[in-house]
Amino acid sequence: MSAVQQNVQTVDWHSDAIKARRKSRYAAETRLKAYGLIAIVFALGFLTILIGSLTVKGYKAFEQTVVSVEIDLATSGFDRDKLMDANWKSLVKKALLEVGGAESLKKKEQKAYLDMFTDNAAYLVRDQVIADPARLSGKSSFVIPLSDPFDQLAKGEISRDTPEDQRRVNDRQIAAFDQLVAKGVVSKPFNWGLIFNADSRFPELAGLAGAISGSFWSIVVCFAISFPVGIAAAIYLEEFAPKNRWTDLIEININNLAAVPSVVFGLLGLAVFLGWFGLPRSAPLVGGLVLALMTLPTLIIVTRVSLKSVPSSIREAALGIGASKHEAIFHHILPLAMPTVMTGTIISLARALGETAPLLLIGMNAFMTSTAHGVFDASTALPTQIYIWSDSPERGFVSRTSAAILVLLAFLVLMNGIAIFLRQRFERRW
Amino acid sequence: MASNHIYSAFDEELKYLQSRISEMGGLAEQMVSEAVQALVNSNTELAQKVIADDAKLDSAEREVGDKAIIVIARRQPVAADLREIIGSLRIAADLERVGDLGKNTAKRVIAVQENGVPRKLARGIEHLSELALIQLKEVLDVYTTRSAEKAKSIRERDEEIDAMYTSIFRELLTYMMEDPRNITPCTHLLFCAKNIERIGDHATNIAETIYYMATGAQPEGDRPKDDTANSVVTPKE
Amino acid sequence: MNMMAETTTEAKQVQPMSEPSFKMLGRNVSVHYGAKQALFNVNLAVRQNTVTALIGPSGCGKSTFLRCLNRMNDTIDNCRVSGEITLDGQDIYDAAIDVVELRARVGMVFQKPNPFPKSIYENVAYGPRIHGLARSRADLDQIVETSLQKAGLWSEVKDRLNEPGTGLSGGQQQRLCIARAVAVSPEVILMDEPCSALDPIATARVEELIHELRSNFTIVIVTHSMQQAARVSQRTAMFHLGNLVEENDTDKIFTNPDEQRTQDYIMGRFG
Repeated sequence: MSAVQQNVQTVDWHSDAIKARRKSRYAAETRLKAYGLIAIVFALGFLTILIGSLTVKGYKAFEQTVVSVEIDLATSGFDRDKLMDANWKSLVKKALLEVGGAESLKKKEQKAYLDMFTDNAAYLVRDQVIADPARLSGKSSFVIPLSDPFDQLAKGEISRDTPEDQRRVNDRQIAAFDQLVAKGVVSKPFNWGLIFNADSRFPELAGLAGAISGSFWSIVVCFAISFPVGIAAAIYLEEFAPKNRWTDLIEININNLAAVPSVVFGLLGLAVFLGWFGLPRSAPLVGGLVLALMTLPTLIIVTRVSLKSVPSSIREAALGIGASKHEAIFHHILPLAMPTVMTGTIISLARALGETAPLLLIGMNAFMTSTAHGVFDASTALPTQIYIWSDSPERGFVSRTSAAILVLLAFLVLMNGIAIFLRQRFERRW
Repeated sequence: MASNHIYSAFDEELKYLQSRISEMGGLAEQMVSEAVQALVNSNTELAQKVIADDAKLDSAEREVGDKAIIVIARRQPVAADLREIIGSLRIAADLERVGDLGKNTAKRVIAVQENGVPRKLARGIEHLSELALIQLKEVLDVYTTRSAEKAKSIRERDEEIDAMYTSIFRELLTYMMEDPRNITPCTHLLFCAKNIERIGDHATNIAETIYYMATGAQPEGDRPKDDTANSVVTPKE
Repeated sequence: MNMMAETTTEAKQVQPMSEPSFKMLGRNVSVHYGAKQALFNVNLAVRQNTVTALIGPSGCGKSTFLRCLNRMNDTIDNCRVSGEITLDGQDIYDAAIDVVELRARVGMVFQKPNPFPKSIYENVAYGPRIHGLARSRADLDQIVETSLQKAGLWSEVKDRLNEPGTGLSGGQQQRLCIARAVAVSPEVILMDEPCSALDPIATARVEELIHELRSNFTIVIVTHSMQQAARVSQRTAMFHLGNLVEENDTDKIFTNPDEQRTQDYIMGRFG
């Protein structure tokens, strides 16, 4: 009898001990499934709460209460060539008084009445006319936003039941407002201004255009720097660098850098880019540089991992028929790693898009009432804009903050969507 | 044999074995017929040629053996391929024995020629050898066609040769009893007849091998025998 | 060891030529991986238009030796090769030798079929393209066609050259890899266990292909399967523990090897 045969033991698969053991093994499996399910429900629950509260708070900011006013510019006698200098204020004031039938009121009452409309009404009309001079030759209607308190009143945020001395609109103003409503000139269209206007002190005019353009330029700079540099660094470290103490040191440092808090990069940017190089404050260029510094370590790590994940058989196949190392990398390995690199890049950029602290430190929380047209124009960015608005006292900024967060989230979702799309497109090609 | 291996070299090797066997068959056939002719005509020159030819046959057999070993080592043949190669080895051995028997017959020509072979006896041995040669020729044809049917029928025909041999045996016995001077040539002739009868047996062996190669089964039952020479006794006066 | 010895059984059927001509020659080849020595003073000749099989148990150094022949070991960081390896008499580890040129002349087929994740056409055309072997598109088409024909794959793929090479079956992929190697017109083709991932029929196809390629190329094949070595090669070299144990005609090795260790290994009595 061989040793193997001697060691064979018979097992009673139906004994109670074994049955009990089997039962507990199944129970462990069921528990594990339950934990997983609970974790997912937990995560989804919080996400729902976040998005739900933002939506509830912010959806009203996507509407803006406006009044449409008919103005006859033919009788104004404005000179076509000197529109900027014309007396728009009195013209618009007259039209606004007309629409509510308030011409006969006393000066003080007239002022209270005019508080109902945004302060910048005259400039809005002016800009629209300059954009379309044909309007000078006749009557046309203009849309004037209501000022914040009345916007809130129209949206029901200010209750009429509150005692008069505790609310920001008095009874007389409410009566005038109701009169306008009865006249049918008040409406609540979609608030395109939220996206196409730049920032303003008046909530009814404040929009995200400045922040979006600032973020856009920052991300462009960030991508233009971190993508090539990150890939080049990763290729060198992965494919060319000898494995020695120095490259180990570099690798450890890159891993550490990825964990450095973003505010530190902001301080670095402040000291180096603004201090030494004297680059302009609040510029998307500096923002992008700082974000690129922050993104680089992650990007290098992601690229290295994706290069490493390309099967070495492909590398050998290329080298085996006499391709040089450079050809093997650029013809085969990098294209294969690209979907992962792309995904990593876009997710890093998404993180950079949402980064606030370093941008605050280099002054990208400036109050700018125009959009940035290049990387040197001072501007804000989406997250810093949210930060600014959340600090503003006006009632209208509360819902606008939430709306801005929703817009930022929409951009993040869009970027992730692009990441997925690109990855799938790349994968289809092979 | 369906010869479509993915390895073309394997097919070539099998073909090589086959052609060597066919060659050996032809040579063996020729040796036997020449040996009998030499015997009948007392032609020592022809006998010498037959003796020399045997060396060729022997070396051909060794070559088939070597080749078969290499093919087995290189190809690890199975099923029909394996039977083919093992069969080749067995057939080569049988043919080599046929050659040996022809050579042995040729050697006896010199001993027999002093007295000359009685006409009547010579005709008997000639006839016996004709039968054996037909058997050998047919079996070699079957080797190329691989017909199990034919192989079986050849195997069953060995009976005829055996009967013929028994009658020659009786005859030679009678001669020897008639005149003691006949004993020497007749004993040699007896061995010659025995040799030729053995050639028939080898042909039958080959037929059995071919049957096995073709079907993978051994032919059923004992081969028919009518060799009663072993029980022939001197006729009582 | 006895690589130079003229064996008596040679010449009978292996090669019509009387004097074997050596395509590649390794003299005193030793390989270290860091502190560990993987090959010990190997002397081995690779004959022109011959399939030479390297056999031996796992870790015996046969793949290491193979990868020395086209300097694939260069890609391993701590690998050090000493001794001399020549291709047509020229030392391939000489500083004057361009490794890209060497690998074009000494092509390689790997264990796992590794076509590029590109079309069948692109797979084969890649080598000629980087080396600039085709003067025109028609030229390239011709190279691709003849290479696929040599690899016995043309009839199977000629209607779908633009489909991805990774969509082929395992055996077809390996023949595509052979076509890819053949496309740059190498002089020597190294094969590192080319059939270990294939089923028996695909294996037989590739082995038959190797047999046919022999007339145009010199082939060195590493294999775990002794049977495969017996089937495809004319010369066999047996490695053990980093040493070359025996090198001889395949027929001789598999019927009557000189060395006890070779005999034990091929008979399955090792250890």
